[in-house]
Amino acid sequence: MTPEEQNAFEEKIYAYSGAQVCARTPAADAVNPAMIRHWTEVMGDNNPAYTNEEWSASSARGKTIAPAAMLYVWNQEGYTVTTGRASDPQTDMVELFNEYGFTGVLGTNVTQEYFREVSPGDTVHVEMVIDNLSERKSTARGPGYFFETLATFTDQNNEKIGTQRFRVLKFIPQEQPAAAAEEKLAVPSRIASPRGHDNGWWWDACDNGQVLIQRCKNCQTLRHPPRPMCGECQSMEWDSIESSLDGEVLSYTELHHPKIPGYQYPLICAVIKLREGTNIVSNVVGCEPSDVYIGMRLKGKVEQVDEKNTLPQFYPA
Amino acid sequence: MVANIKDKAVIVGVGNTKFSKDSGVSELSLAVQAIKTALDDAGLQPSDVDGMATFTMDSNDEIEVARALGCGGLNFWGRSHYGGGAATGTLHQATMAIATGMAEVVVCFRALNGRSGHRFSSGVSGEITTADAIHWGWYMPYGLLTPASWVAMFTQRWMHNTGVTKDALFEVAHSTREYAVNNPNAFFHGRSFDRAEYDAARMIADPLALFDCCQESDGASAIILTTPERARDLRQPGVTVCGVAQASAPDQEQMTSFYRDEFAAIPEMEIAAKNVYQMSGLTPDDIDAAVIYDAFSPIVLWQLEAWNFCGFGESGDFVLDGALRADGRLPTNTHGGQLSEAYIHGVNGLVEATRLVRGQSLNQPSKNVDHALVTSGVGIPTGGAILGKLD
Ligand SMILES: [Zn+2]
Repeated sequence: MTPEEQNAFEEKIYAYSGAQVCARTPAADAVNPAMIRHWTEVMGDNNPAYTNEEWSASSARGKTIAPAAMLYVWNQEGYTVTTGRASDPQTDMVELFNEYGFTGVLGTNVTQEYFREVSPGDTVHVEMVIDNLSERKSTARGPGYFFETLATFTDQNNEKIGTQRFRVLKFIPQEQPAAAAEEKLAVPSRIASPRGHDNGWWWDACDNGQVLIQRCKNCQTLRHPPRPMCGECQSMEWDSIESSLDGEVLSYTELHHPKIPGYQYPLICAVIKLREGTNIVSNVVGCEPSDVYIGMRLKGKVEQVDEKNTLPQFYPA
Repeated sequence: MVANIKDKAVIVGVGNTKFSKDSGVSELSLAVQAIKTALDDAGLQPSDVDGMATFTMDSNDEIEVARALGCGGLNFWGRSHYGGGAATGTLHQATMAIATGMAEVVVCFRALNGRSGHRFSSGVSGEITTADAIHWGWYMPYGLLTPASWVAMFTQRWMHNTGVTKDALFEVAHSTREYAVNNPNAFFHGRSFDRAEYDAARMIADPLALFDCCQESDGASAIILTTPERARDLRQPGVTVCGVAQASAPDQEQMTSFYRDEFAAIPEMEIAAKNVYQMSGLTPDDIDAAVIYDAFSPIVLWQLEAWNFCGFGESGDFVLDGALRADGRLPTNTHGGQLSEAYIHGVNGLVEATRLVRGQSLNQPSKNVDHALVTSGVGIPTGGAILGKLD
């Protein structure tokens, strides 16, 4: 697009700023218990204020209410949408974006504000305008424009119930490099340890199903994690023994946040004292997080946990 | 061996930038803003500076900072390693340089876009094979890869060993928050919380929940040190370094010293405390207020024990007696700490400890503050210092 073409395009697009998408229109059905029940079931919301008439009758409100977040539900068009949408300023604007190559669409944010509650019997009315049109932006998806629709909801008495802003990015889709597309499909795996001179042998043995403990050849002291010199006698000669993987929890933590891609939650990490006397950090698996305690006896197994990692994992003994 | 550097270097200027979640400027910009503020506070010019001390983690080269500020040449630069363990490490470097005459005016600074840039909570990744990445390799595959998770592992065992409960963690978090409420530059200015909110906050790594963890922040802090002779001619009352030490202990790892006979302990801070007390000739009874490194609430408790304000396992009762409050035995983290002011890797703590001795804290205790303790992060090689009034 030349600068002149862009100016001409923007002039047409910005003309939609403030345009009314629909005048105040009542919902086809009044707020009703059936719809509320479907919605709360799907959302897993058991609040009795929404569905329990007996409980609600004795509450301060004296009746059930609809969840505030259902604001946008009541005025949805329904099945007729599948056979095509009547034209309005928003569909016209979207068509204009498409004509100029901005065929990509991404809903980026929804913000709702609530002013009053509604109950079965109330009728929700909606009115919508195109509110904000951004300047041209360079986004990761490609060049494009953000626009917002502002829906204002009122009840049968024209009292304001709430508003919803819906922000959309219309953009010219960029061709994704093939490698990036493949990467997206790959299942993430745990972050593996890098392997260097001093630790590579330990991880190689782990790949083969063994947990080894480094041992000083001179004074027989065990050490973990591996390092090149014995801290007791300064010998650099070492071999290793294989651990029994009998262990005991010295401490543990359940990781809640952030959840890192490639790891399965709930996730328990523990410092484990091995029967041989050295400590190791690993996962406790095969039980509920609440079952883990300091002093708990464990038995480890070397397992392939994902495509890239073979690790000791410890189970209740 | 403990060198005698008592009263050889004096803090004469302090400065913070605005703390935020998105500074919108470079870390270099933050660094020079904080240093300029500290120089103005002292009544010194950039051309007076001849030494700098910062963290190995800081992205700002001393020479870039010097050029941007308009300093002349430098005679000294030195960096401390191990994340927040370097907070008082910078003070240690500066004090040694001034005490030996290697430099005369030394700036300690730390500048980071810790929220909008690289975030600590995103954890370690081991993308390049370094000794550091190999170290984290013992933990990353299991998912133990964030600061909160490492500290949680220590905390769980320490609570098990001592019987200290979450009541004490709450008191640490709540007392610092109450101070932050009065501090306009704190993230949580005007925003208190109560026990119900604390208990309801989301779990991060059991037993640490949201309010037990510090903020990731953008910002910078700086302090200026010089000789006692020069300090007497400057704008602010001088705050002398009575003692400062760095320490690591046997079998030290960075955040994961899980291989000691009893790992729920911070022997490195006990060594630093012993050396600072010996150097300064002071005892815990001489300390009137403190800034104790608080990336997470429980680490304040361990340090109270390491610095002998109470015995092992007694820090819970100590804080529940109100010791950390403005009218308590040891008003602590009066700026709001890193839990509630901002996480500037403990260098904002050096600023606050200086203000406490000057009598300039926003939450200045009513009692006389002759000596204030300030510490570095724990679970890593660490350190601490006692600051006092220049006579
Ligand atoms: Zn040996």
